[in-house]
Amino acid sequence: MATDVHGPVSPQAPGAPRAAQAVHVEGLTRSFDGRAVIDRLKLDVQPGEFVALLGRSGCGKSTLLRILAGLDRDIEGTVLVPRRKAVAFQAPRLMPWKKVWRNVLLGLPGKPERAVADQALEEVGLSHRSGAWPKTLSGGEAQRASLARALVREPDLLLLDEPFGALDALTRIKAQRLVGELWQRRGCAVLLVTHDVEEAVLLADRVLVMDEGVIAYETAVELERPRDVTDPRFAELRGRLLERLGVDNAADAA
Amino acid sequence: MSISHAPPGSPESDISGIGKANAAPAGTTAADADAAGQGPLDLEPIVPSSARRTRVPRWLRRTTGPVLLLALWQLLSVTGVLTSDVLASPGRIAQVAGDLITDGSLPAAMGTSVQRVAAGLLFGAVAGTGLALLSGLFRIGEDLVDAPVQMLRTVPFVGLIPLFIIWFGIGEAPKVAIITLGVSFPLYLNVYAGIRGVDSQLIEAGESLGLSKWGLVRHVVLPGALPGAMTGLRYSLGIAWLALVFAEQINADAGIGFLMVQARDFLRTDVIVVCLIVYAFLGLLADFIVRSFERLLLQWRPTFTGR
Repeated sequence: MATDVHGPVSPQAPGAPRAAQAVHVEGLTRSFDGRAVIDRLKLDVQPGEFVALLGRSGCGKSTLLRILAGLDRDIEGTVLVPRRKAVAFQAPRLMPWKKVWRNVLLGLPGKPERAVADQALEEVGLSHRSGAWPKTLSGGEAQRASLARALVREPDLLLLDEPFGALDALTRIKAQRLVGELWQRRGCAVLLVTHDVEEAVLLADRVLVMDEGVIAYETAVELERPRDVTDPRFAELRGRLLERLGVDNAADAA
Repeated sequence: MSISHAPPGSPESDISGIGKANAAPAGTTAADADAAGQGPLDLEPIVPSSARRTRVPRWLRRTTGPVLLLALWQLLSVTGVLTSDVLASPGRIAQVAGDLITDGSLPAAMGTSVQRVAAGLLFGAVAGTGLALLSGLFRIGEDLVDAPVQMLRTVPFVGLIPLFIIWFGIGEAPKVAIITLGVSFPLYLNVYAGIRGVDSQLIEAGESLGLSKWGLVRHVVLPGALPGAMTGLRYSLGIAWLALVFAEQINADAGIGFLMVQARDFLRTDVIVVCLIVYAFLGLLADFIVRSFERLLLQWRPTFTGR
């Protein structure tokens, strides 16, 4: 899946878009009241690459995601993202007044058939709730509906903002597995913002650690899929990342 | 509605070990704990709600109160405690109501009054929601519209009746105008608050889905403001009837208010009560219509229906 069309988010006119990347960010600065939350950040994501972005809370990782989603445009620097991109937020953010399938189709150009939505819902295992009101869904179901809404746009870049944060432990494991499968099937680039190191190592090709407004550390995850949490190399990598995040390894808080 | 748990007679109870370890498990009294380290707990049955429910159907329960009140009223009238120039008896009122309907004066009056309310409600709804949309959706609209409306809102609208009579004469116009005025403010306030109260996270989600400005208004802002608008509509209806009563007591030559003024001059408490009942009935009917609307339009909202 080639990311042919790039839509600039940057306020200034961009240079020639590079088709070799799904995301190209250079010299990105975002300030809140004079304090730079993101400070001359540089980031490239390859098409089809799964990148996890870790960081302490308040480090600006969600701000970066909102910028890439085009929701925050008070920025300086160059930001190039695919025109077809989709976001799944931490809260599912479904419109409560639209049935699930209408939520999935919301914002799609033209007048798409319900079958389009049902197909996307089928993919996340939620076709039986297609005609339900969002408020009657469980937390996991709502999050899957939100994923279907993102996927139906056939994005070249999928932005996930701690999508599993509000789920219970069992549902989270299932949802993580689902995202992994969907990514492998769709082949789109994914940027997953999370504070869960294990989740990052489990899913991503590359893990970035954000600190003080820049990508402070990055490492490729060379483990073969499906990954095993009990693998000593997994534990070693997780420990290394936790240390980077300022968590004492001995405490071993995941 | 059942909670699964270990059967009461199960030999290896889950908590027996805990009971032994701690002298008194939570919930048992000191005496219990003293008598035996783990004597039989005093169990109480959780009765299923279906068994607790009384046999009397709900509608019957609901009608009992009013019927008892009516019976008491009739009793007081018959025994002479309540004389007819203070308040006529229910029987007498029913009879007068029948007479007024058969001679056509009540239906005609109702028609006139309902027409006034409908016209006032229509104009008021258009003005109220129109202004609310203007100031809710656009910042420039808010700057221009909101302050004057908030100022005018504090003027008691019935106080404007004399002015309206000077402006519009004594025909239908001042009556409809006073209802319009009364109706527009609650609608304005609630629709405006509804629009401004729409969850910004949903707006952002809509933006991320690629909705246009108009698409955001149509799919996110307006549906989100609907609960507020419905509340406003119900307030407005209440005020519309109130405004009607005020408007019809002055210089009316038709309508329910006119009937009442006439009845007052002849000390006919029975006719007055009939008119009051008609007002109440019309108000209830209007409320029922709005409730049906609400049920239809807000079915996405799970609500607490009481126990």
